[in-house]
Amino acid sequence: MSGADYCPNTPGEILEMLDSIGVGSIEELFEVIPPELRAGSLGLPKGMSEFETLRRMQGLAEKNSRKLIHFIGGGFYDHFIPSVVNHMAGRAEFYTAYTPYQAECSQGTLQALYEYQTAICALTGMEASNASLYDGGTALAEAALMALRITGRNRLIVDGAVNPFYRQILRTYLKNLQVELVETTPSADGAGREDIRLHVDDGTAAVILQNPNFFGCIDNLADLAERTHGAGALLVATVYPVSLGLVKSPYEMGVDIVSGDGQSLGNPLSFGGPSFGFIATRREYIRSLPGRIVGETVDVEGKRGFVLTLQAREQHIRRHKATSNICSNQSLCALRGLLFLCSIGKRGFAELATLNRDKAEYAKGVLGGVRGISVWNRTPTFNEFTLTLPQDARKVVEKLLSRGIAGGVPLGDWFRGMEQCLVVTVTEKRSREEIDALAENLEDALWS
Amino acid sequence: MELIFEKSVAGRLGVALPDSDVPGSDFLPGNLLRTDPPPLPEVGEPELVRHFTNLSQRNFSVDTNFYPLGSCTMKYNPKVLEEVAALFSGCHPMTALLPGGHIFAQGSLELIYCLGRMLCEITGMDEVAAQPLAGAHGELTGIMIIHAFHKARGNRKHIVIVPDSSHGTNPASAAMMGYEIVTIPTAPYGDMDMNLFRKAMNGEVAAVMMTCPNTLGLFNPHVGEICAIAHEHGALAYYDGANLNAIMGKARPGDMGFDVIHLNLHKTFATPHGGGGPGSGPVGVKKELIPFLPVPRVVKIDDGAYALEQENPLSIGRISGFFGNFAVLARACAYIVLLGREGLVRVSEQAVLNANYLQEKLKKYYDLPYDISCMHECVFSAARQLKQGVHALDIAKFLIDKGFHPPTVYFPLIVKEAMMIEPTETESKANLDAFIAAMIEAAELAEKNPQALMQAPVTMPVKRLDEVKAAREINVCHLLAQGTGHKARD
Repeated sequence: MSGADYCPNTPGEILEMLDSIGVGSIEELFEVIPPELRAGSLGLPKGMSEFETLRRMQGLAEKNSRKLIHFIGGGFYDHFIPSVVNHMAGRAEFYTAYTPYQAECSQGTLQALYEYQTAICALTGMEASNASLYDGGTALAEAALMALRITGRNRLIVDGAVNPFYRQILRTYLKNLQVELVETTPSADGAGREDIRLHVDDGTAAVILQNPNFFGCIDNLADLAERTHGAGALLVATVYPVSLGLVKSPYEMGVDIVSGDGQSLGNPLSFGGPSFGFIATRREYIRSLPGRIVGETVDVEGKRGFVLTLQAREQHIRRHKATSNICSNQSLCALRGLLFLCSIGKRGFAELATLNRDKAEYAKGVLGGVRGISVWNRTPTFNEFTLTLPQDARKVVEKLLSRGIAGGVPLGDWFRGMEQCLVVTVTEKRSREEIDALAENLEDALWS
Repeated sequence: MELIFEKSVAGRLGVALPDSDVPGSDFLPGNLLRTDPPPLPEVGEPELVRHFTNLSQRNFSVDTNFYPLGSCTMKYNPKVLEEVAALFSGCHPMTALLPGGHIFAQGSLELIYCLGRMLCEITGMDEVAAQPLAGAHGELTGIMIIHAFHKARGNRKHIVIVPDSSHGTNPASAAMMGYEIVTIPTAPYGDMDMNLFRKAMNGEVAAVMMTCPNTLGLFNPHVGEICAIAHEHGALAYYDGANLNAIMGKARPGDMGFDVIHLNLHKTFATPHGGGGPGSGPVGVKKELIPFLPVPRVVKIDDGAYALEQENPLSIGRISGFFGNFAVLARACAYIVLLGREGLVRVSEQAVLNANYLQEKLKKYYDLPYDISCMHECVFSAARQLKQGVHALDIAKFLIDKGFHPPTVYFPLIVKEAMMIEPTETESKANLDAFIAAMIEAAELAEKNPQALMQAPVTMPVKRLDEVKAAREINVCHLLAQGTGHKARD
């Protein structure tokens, strides 16, 4: 036998089944495929045992460097994950189920997603969340599409300090939709206020911001919300969920649609996925949300239960008139997000945010004190900040990598004129010793 | 069951965090700070574990029940795949994008590259992009590639053709790229009506989107001709890979003439469905479409190392944050390695055998709109039972009481009272026989005691739920429903 196939039927059972069907061989069942379309044998290796497969995959994993100390973020963050998250999300009743179309035998997934939606509303202050989207970048694109639908306008103003990958995704999504996309110039003072004030008008569907932005600047968006709403446009923000343990909620700042990436809530880095995207809004816009939404209801005896609701928005009913083409979401990752938030809890979540802020402030002080380095941000920051180095940051990062430190994300590839800038991320997992070592190595890389 | 939020007690602590080893800071000014922390639950770990363990037990899943949900390929997910995914959990995706950083991510990049090569071999395509995060996301990506291809040639084609039996995501994805949708009805023989298709084809058509086998579980023998007709008019042929599980090693979409495909790794390649994701929807293309694939792309460079191509003037651009749902890619890669060339063929053979066995055993009891040999799934109609007032939904709910997850019901839309059954290859004859017995019992009850079916299910934690109330009296957030935790808008 070459490898497993998880097909349990014995040769005897197979014969019995063929007999019932009334054919002489399995091959007969494939005779409907015209001969000219039949494939030859697959050019793949033969199967392997579980042991050999695992060894082969371990070999691949060992080709990755496992010893890097991460001071990099850019959308994905190296946060601590409590064991209970892995254990509960590792229950096969959760991870081997599918979309809860049949509510009565899917109450576990449905209630968990309702609790997830509630937790996202708790973080963002919003009144309605869906049951998750793919990732932070596509969630922002969906938020933009939602704003276009709600306002019926076709102009978007995107702040230049929104994650460059997210802006690229947005451009890809909007390519054929006759939407005008205006990008503002990044500023060390937070949102590009001058540009936004200049461009927002009665043809604008939304102003799109990131908070804290890609450079780490935290901003109070309340004045921009007022200006945006004054023009009849919506304020859309993508946020870093961990920051919401400290920072005023998007709802309080006047944001209409908030999105973000949920990786930092209990999902491992896993080379970029899966994570989940979240999206939440004010109650008046709930019917414009994309994707699955779970609602509370009662059964025929009045007992509480949960169902997929407002399905008339969705592709399997509306086909090409749906609010989005999205079908499956990232349910299991959203469950991990819920488990993370519940295990850390109300007080723990605020502590986690404080710890991130404090470590980053310490790092900002130490790194900003290295000869030739200055802090770029002119606003408060959370757990990321930007440094200006005396040379191209890309060269410095390469040197640091060779010393086992992923020292930050250099901006030269994505922001013209910012070749000397480096975004440094400090999560709760980085120790004071590691931060001090980064400072020493940075000094060394610059001056020796 | 109580919500985790209702189990919260003020002051109860959860998982402890490490003490800080740096001085405290009060760097954030008041106008940026929250006055109260987010109103998350306050529960201890024992309570949390019990809550979620109890919740999990309110689910049917592949590991607990036969789950013949048509079109979703709910096959068994080998446990070793979970171990494989964990091997890569600590890899930061940004590492590979740093200057010289690809050297530190060679294993992950090689995995993506090798998976792409294996998927090309299985499908007959020339190149695969792994970034799409789900099947529908792959469709959208595929449509974007088609759009970019035509645009580069100065074509202004604005129509996409889909059969009326297609998945709802097909027209929805095409509409997201601004295409006009033309729907072709199904002919009495169970495939897209060829005459109507020929009439609809013209120079304005950008693409034809097909599922093969189609959503009735039938292999369309005209599929090669359809691709050829599309090409004659300068259109591209798109293959929705939802049903690839039926034909591995038997036929390849690339050989049929398809130009762009997407695959659902969570279906065909046995990665867990996660209660509705994460999935993974790689896109495969023929040679002339490679320049349009999304970035960043994993490429093999001269010294044999793997690197990332981050820009390409013809590329549709970026469609997701990094390189796809990598942990899903790793599981699918390991699955293909485990099964190998013969194993994958056995998978399709056994999937088709199981479906035909079910179809044969049940066709006496339920209407079979297209009574021909099926591929990996079969579609029955409860039209006969409807005469007694019994709907497909009632039969579905009865099956729940019998311990089976119901088939997909009311899809495809072209079959009245549709019940779409996909057993997959990982079920034994004994399991199929038990399911068949339950289906026969339902058919008999429909004649003798239809009321019994209409009351099902009675063994679950809840009985039938009021979906109308859910949609009218919207309650999607417990805090809002309780009127707590939310501050009024300024």
